[in-house]
Amino acid sequence: MGRMLYAGTSERLEYKKYLYGLVPDEQVEKGMSIEWKQYAPEKGFYDEVYSRTGVARGPAKDLISCMKSMSDEEMLSRKMAAESTIKEMGVSFTVYTEGGNIDRAWPFDIIPRVIDKAQWDKTAEGLRQRLKALNLFIDDLYHKQRIIKDGVIPEFIIKQSKNYRKECEGVSPRFGVWAHICGTDLVRDKDGQFYVLEDNLRVPSGVSYMLENRSIMKRVLPEVFEQVNIAPVGDYPEHLFEMLSSLSPRRKANPVVAVLTPGIYNSAYFEHAFLAQRMGTELIEGSDLVVGDDDCVYMKTISGLERVDVIYRRIDDLFLDPEAFDPSSVLGVPGLMRAWRAGNVALANAPGAGVADDKVIYAYVPEIIRYYLGEEPKIPNVETYLCFDDKQREYVLANLDKLVVKPANESGGYGMLIGPHSTKKERETFAELIKANPRNYIAQPTLALSTAPTLIGQSKLEPRHLDLRPFILQGKDSYVTTGGLTRVAMKKGSLVVNSSQGGGSKDTWIVDTATGGK
Amino acid sequence: MLSKVAERVYWVGRYLERIESTARILSIYDQLLFDLPRRVKLGWYNLIVINGLETSFCERYSVRDERNVVKFLLGDEDNASSVQSSLKAVRENIRTTRDVIPSETWELVNELSLYVQDNVAQGITRSRRYEFLEDIIGACQQISGLLYGNMARDEAWDMLNLGQSLERADMTTRNLDAGIAAILQVEDDEFAINSRQIIWGNVLRSLNAEQPFRRTVRSSVKGGPVVKYLLTSKSFPRSLFYCVTEMSIVSASLPMSRDVLKSAEALKAQILEYSERESFDEGFRDDLNELQLSLAELHALIGKTWFF
Repeated sequence: MGRMLYAGTSERLEYKKYLYGLVPDEQVEKGMSIEWKQYAPEKGFYDEVYSRTGVARGPAKDLISCMKSMSDEEMLSRKMAAESTIKEMGVSFTVYTEGGNIDRAWPFDIIPRVIDKAQWDKTAEGLRQRLKALNLFIDDLYHKQRIIKDGVIPEFIIKQSKNYRKECEGVSPRFGVWAHICGTDLVRDKDGQFYVLEDNLRVPSGVSYMLENRSIMKRVLPEVFEQVNIAPVGDYPEHLFEMLSSLSPRRKANPVVAVLTPGIYNSAYFEHAFLAQRMGTELIEGSDLVVGDDDCVYMKTISGLERVDVIYRRIDDLFLDPEAFDPSSVLGVPGLMRAWRAGNVALANAPGAGVADDKVIYAYVPEIIRYYLGEEPKIPNVETYLCFDDKQREYVLANLDKLVVKPANESGGYGMLIGPHSTKKERETFAELIKANPRNYIAQPTLALSTAPTLIGQSKLEPRHLDLRPFILQGKDSYVTTGGLTRVAMKKGSLVVNSSQGGGSKDTWIVDTATGGK
Repeated sequence: MLSKVAERVYWVGRYLERIESTARILSIYDQLLFDLPRRVKLGWYNLIVINGLETSFCERYSVRDERNVVKFLLGDEDNASSVQSSLKAVRENIRTTRDVIPSETWELVNELSLYVQDNVAQGITRSRRYEFLEDIIGACQQISGLLYGNMARDEAWDMLNLGQSLERADMTTRNLDAGIAAILQVEDDEFAINSRQIIWGNVLRSLNAEQPFRRTVRSSVKGGPVVKYLLTSKSFPRSLFYCVTEMSIVSASLPMSRDVLKSAEALKAQILEYSERESFDEGFRDDLNELQLSLAELHALIGKTWFF
């Protein structure tokens, strides 16, 4: 008889042809060498590593002197070692293309981005402050809406928000926290100051790449770790797990925690599997769950049904529960909202939390912080023009060539207009879009995104623009990652750092200069 | 343990075993052909027949020669049982069960996938095939060793074991079938005894069984003892009886296993009964097919019990 086969997940995936191994000798560019001393930050931009031509900033001095001491062949072999490590570790993300989904290796630059610990500690405080205020805000919106009644935020903004969920009104998640995991994008402008560019409160991703970047760097440049006092980043999964466990509705010692993924074809699947593995929790898909008549959530196991207490869901609100939202969704679990409302299961982030990462709400965050906490924001916002306001809209329409226009509810860098890089036709299209739906658009000045030296080709050192996404957890207490994920626009001059659009990444080092080297 | 994860781990066990045994059988098959007299009409296509892949092979190729058979079994993505397809399946299943399998497994499987993808042409040309296949077998053993040394003896381990044992049992019946098919090609002449010995020796080697057979059975390599050994040995880990016993022990520790246990016990009785046949010729090939069907039933029952 024929062989038994498993149709499973294997069949439909398209596979990338992997490059593997070392570059043959003849491909090494002879006579070129890495000119550390010649590296010149671009005028008008803050460089993370160099203060001026050939001079490294304090926290980066040891790093640069260590890298300088390596021969070019050595650097090149480290770079290639990093690439093959990435392939072996299977660090990948999925790109959706017309020809199917491609698993792409993670583009990575081996020169880390370095931040001084004292500055980082202050930034981390600001991130905590911000998430605390945002959670008070969300909780208020789904209860008394004091902030609207007090006239701080106009009611129509909330009413017209795509991410406000009526189904969440009156629900009180534990600790009053709705956004348990937040990825906040920070940028550094030419003044060297960090600004918040946006808050991601729905299903922020990237933390696994932050962790993998560090383990790649440890393998590739072990000697630098011996010399420089670099703060570790590896405790994130532990904090995530503790925070999730603390949300359990059942007061038992070992609650059942699970990561809910849309499945293997999702671009962040790698991360979902990674986090489940690091936390030792189940990785589940909607089809593994059922909601019982008792409004409790159960997963299908080899011993029958087992109750689930906490779900770290990586599925958007509208796909969570076909009974409550999109009836055609096959990713979710019928009855999940019912179980959540009844308090029988915790969802992180809570449904409806996304109302606060609307880019119009973003403009109000400084006010939100003042309103709920009575404090001044510790990290400033980027100046933002709200197109629903007649005066501000007029300004935006008159200055489209200088501004960045963003839709209020998109993520991943889609649907944006980058004024200085746009064509006349694109500007005209956006002017129409803004006039048709002013509530849905905001505009910001084009930022002089900071740069860092990046190894291009085999031996060229060039500045590339980057941002930083730290991750903040909030349960009973809050936690901020040490640094975060540095995303790099690998194309010369480009300001788009999203991995779906050709971005790469670097390891992020928080270096303690006060206590000196090791 | 999640049912779906259990199912995927089970298939990791099956496919890993399948890769290793396919690589092994390919690596020694040419030695068998070299040793047999030219008059024995045994070709590479026999490997397609014993694996039940005639239909899909014939859809792709018209010439049943060495090159096509090796290509089909090693690198053909249209053949879902080829080494490359099995490896893809292992990789996908490990990728989706990384929460229950030691994390290094994922790296080793990636390494092996990359190696096979980039060097599969080497396996198809004869001159470097042996080395290539040895590398695959070595990598599989490294992965098995990693799992054996590091995996918690929990339900995931049990599932892996079930998959591996079932695939092994199935592979052993196919190797036996290959042997008998070859024996039937041997004409009764002065070379016959020698040829039969070569064939049975080859069957033993393709299951890594030659050394244990000689030590345990202490007989010369002949049809009767070899078949009995591979069917009923209680100590050789690839014997049919051993594999099914292993499945029975593992199942007993899992929940709701009554039906699976019953079926495994019945299969053990069936193996013992068939091993008492007077001769192992054409008629015995039907018995082997029966055993494969029973294994398929056991497989279906495992699915029904734990993977709903």
